[in-house]
Amino acid sequence: MGRYVVRRLLQMIPVVIGTTFIIYVMVWTLPGDPFAAKCGDRPCPESYISAMTEEYNLNDPLFIQYIKYMGNLLTGDFGQTFSGASISEELISRYPVTLKLALTAIIFELIIGLLAGVLAGIRRGGFIDNLVLVSTLFVVSIPVFVIGLVAQIMFGVQLGWFPVTYSGDFFSLLLPAFVLGSLSLAFVARLMRTNLVENLRSDYVRTATAKGLARKRVIGVHALRNSMIPVVTFVGADFGSLLGGSIVTEGIFNIPGVGNMVFQGINRHEGGTVTAAVTVLVLVFLLVNLLVDLLYAVLDPRIRYD
Amino acid sequence: MTSGLNEPNLPDGRSGAQTLPDEPGPDVEAPETPERADSGEDKAHSLAGDALRDLLRSPVFLISAVIISVLIVMAVFPSLFTNKDPHFCDLQFSRQGPSGSAWFGYDLQGCDVYARTIYGARASILVGVCTTIFITIVGSLIGMIAGYHGGWIDSLLSRFTDIFFGIPLLLGGIIVLATFPSDVGTPAWQTIGKVVLALGVLGWTSVCRIMRSTVIQVKHADYVQAAKALGGGTRRILLRHVLPNAMAPAIVYATIILGVFIGVEATLSFLGIGLQEPVISWGIAISDAQTYIRQSPHMLLFPGAFLSVTVLAFIMLGDAVRDAFDPKLR
Repeated sequence: MGRYVVRRLLQMIPVVIGTTFIIYVMVWTLPGDPFAAKCGDRPCPESYISAMTEEYNLNDPLFIQYIKYMGNLLTGDFGQTFSGASISEELISRYPVTLKLALTAIIFELIIGLLAGVLAGIRRGGFIDNLVLVSTLFVVSIPVFVIGLVAQIMFGVQLGWFPVTYSGDFFSLLLPAFVLGSLSLAFVARLMRTNLVENLRSDYVRTATAKGLARKRVIGVHALRNSMIPVVTFVGADFGSLLGGSIVTEGIFNIPGVGNMVFQGINRHEGGTVTAAVTVLVLVFLLVNLLVDLLYAVLDPRIRYD
Repeated sequence: MTSGLNEPNLPDGRSGAQTLPDEPGPDVEAPETPERADSGEDKAHSLAGDALRDLLRSPVFLISAVIISVLIVMAVFPSLFTNKDPHFCDLQFSRQGPSGSAWFGYDLQGCDVYARTIYGARASILVGVCTTIFITIVGSLIGMIAGYHGGWIDSLLSRFTDIFFGIPLLLGGIIVLATFPSDVGTPAWQTIGKVVLALGVLGWTSVCRIMRSTVIQVKHADYVQAAKALGGGTRRILLRHVLPNAMAPAIVYATIILGVFIGVEATLSFLGIGLQEPVISWGIAISDAQTYIRQSPHMLLFPGAFLSVTVLAFIMLGDAVRDAFDPKLR
């Protein structure tokens, strides 16, 4: 286990460096004016360009530029928004909200997705199975922003069951979280169903049935546990799409999280704020993936010592 | 789709010569490249032949193929479906609901929503198809080289792939497009090209990984060894023997991912960062409709429905193709 963790951490280093390097190159050094998107719709004034060239070390060679940039990033200096607020302070105050939203979405995913997947998988080809398959197909094909807008107008405006926008309490977070988690929910249900169907045909399930265990126990303990492993990996790996989806969901429901910061940044043409916030989201995504990989090793004994 | 490829090594449950002769099926959409077609010599049945027969019997495939054909015709000849000019707008009709003269109503500028929805198919399909072709070519090439050569080339290319794999599609797309913004003055092909490149640069990694692993399986096959022993050059072996036999999983993935790309493009356009105004796009239409969703939901519903049906059709097609090509299910 220890060796696996160390190896995984070491593998992580080039990926983080490479990812940030690519983002850096894309933002600052590709042909084209790096300030094209930094001043909104107007061209940048001369004094601003020289000040920024100085501040971002654009006269240095690429490699040194990048190292200085990483140094700033690691010490938490992301620059400023148009209104002069520090981007890092802004991020710190907004992160808890996004985290709360993402976690609620994951809880929805796990409870509803797993339940639907298990019910469908136990009776393959039955009514519930077909219902789950068809409904998940529809959820997968409707983009999150369409689901979000339709849910907002249906449950928020017309039926009045949920608040239309975020008001600060947990209840108003439920509808956005459900919208955010809906896509992954469908995937979790399908993945769980497929795995369960496959595992129910496996030798150890037949053995467990043969030695006289109750069906409840065979499914609940033997088959379910083994079917869970890919689902856990999926939920972790899917964190990236949750973060991406949070940009849309927070924009629609006006939730003051990191995604909303990106959403507003795009609308105000604040290129610098957008890239800084998204870079942080990508780094968080990489970190979560690492944690899930480690968790995977804990869950699945086969992977531990290889 | 890959009707000419032969799969001599695959354990094929069926035997006997009761299959169709190897005519590549009358209504496959994608034309076969002649290079691969003439490498398939087995007359009886190839994996692709079996898959094709399964596909033509599957209702899911037929339904999605019909929907996609209609959408493609819509994208190429939008004037067949409407004689109205999508750019002609009359403010006096602003936000009027559906009626006999305008089936889907009018949008904020007083443009006909039906005409704009029909013309919007072009951008979505174009982005989806171009991005998919891009990632399939780039991903297959890198994956094939990595898988076939192995050793340090493989390690280097795999680490390179890992780096791109770590950036989520939507987030990466936002970074690229925020860096190279388009505005109303940008020509349409440039706006579309930027979105294709942004998605393509981040999307090729999965094809690459899939290709690499199938090539590693295929390269030890007897026929590859035989070609080597006969003195075939690396390029010839890769193109003639390895590629046709390692192609199927990558193509299946490409069919599934096409719908996803269309969805992501619409999301980027919705955020105001993907396609931009002179281009007519469902994502932009939905984004514009957002402000007036309470008063005039028709502005949202029609483009939203077309977008969802398109994505659904491509995902269903991908599912059907995957089922047909998956030897485990045979």
